[in-house]
Amino acid sequence: MALISLTPVLLAGFLCLYAMLCGIDVYACLLDGARKGLSLAQELLPALILLFAAIYSFRASGFTDYLAALSAPLLRRLGVPPETSLLMLLRPLSGSAAMAISTELMQRYGADSLIGRTAAVMIGSSETTFYVLAVYGAAAGIRRTRWIIPAALCADLVCFLSSAWICRLLWT
Amino acid sequence: MTGVLITILFLLSMYFSALSGHTVQAGGAVLDGAQDGLRFCLSITGALCFWCALMELMDRIGLSARLADALRPLLRRLFPLAAVHPETLAALSENVSANLLGLGNAATPAGIRAARGIARLGETGFDELGRLVVLNTASLQLLPGTIIALRAAAGAAAPYDVMGAVWLSSLLSVFAGLGAAAFFRRLWR
Repeated sequence: MALISLTPVLLAGFLCLYAMLCGIDVYACLLDGARKGLSLAQELLPALILLFAAIYSFRASGFTDYLAALSAPLLRRLGVPPETSLLMLLRPLSGSAAMAISTELMQRYGADSLIGRTAAVMIGSSETTFYVLAVYGAAAGIRRTRWIIPAALCADLVCFLSSAWICRLLWT
Repeated sequence: MTGVLITILFLLSMYFSALSGHTVQAGGAVLDGAQDGLRFCLSITGALCFWCALMELMDRIGLSARLADALRPLLRRLFPLAAVHPETLAALSENVSANLLGLGNAATPAGIRAARGIARLGETGFDELGRLVVLNTASLQLLPGTIIALRAAAGAAAPYDVMGAVWLSSLLSVFAGLGAAAFFRRLWR
């Protein structure tokens, strides 16, 4: 666990050393990357502001509590924290919405709580399924998707269940 | 997609806050949310830039190209028809290796090139096209930089300690996706 916390330092050290030995201008390359990160954040900012606004009001309206209460019996039996129900519902539809919800969950219950960790693992091990489907469908000219959507949603379902189970196994 | 989603979210919160009498809270929460969205985005920007810088370095030293070479034998098995064309195989391995390294900006163009290559096979290539899409809708990331940034921003004691769990869960979901693809494919005929 101590070593895994050192990941970024180890990675940075070895990558810089290797790149230097290859004769690459390390600093210029790092700056390029950081600049890309900055423009990514800039792209993300308006979307995040709007989605946070929508999701906060959604939470305050009492719907998420209702949704959690409604799905709690089933989710508890499956070993999934009911608080993550909205996250699981919206994860395949919007990446920024999922980020907003999981941040809210981490702030409310703590980043190191079981709910906070489960939320992090859930979004870390899944993708914005419908966005990917739309991009690839349009690019490859897929007219009839047939079994692609059910199979992709199966992967999401397994991802959510296994995230919840692994987290419960490791951190309770 | 997100436009529809945001509309539904606002309409539902309108309806439910009226129903549950939480109108004041919901009205205030909108602005709190906007403020927190800004704060949150700023709080992850530093970590995001750091990861992007490392990824740029990985890309520049040819790590993704080497990973792509290592992946070829595996991809030949998973996409036997598409792998006959060297260009498509190259795009496929580029797509998967970029996904593994979390280089989303490189993964999508390569994936699209691969998808177009497979689509040229016509009806016979549909299975492999579907497999490629399912592989891309399941996450393959080895370095979940965004999650680590999220956890660090939320004050986690050790933001990295979820990495093993993310790998295992990703792996399981990839297998589940490919398994489901094989299963539903038979069902559809």
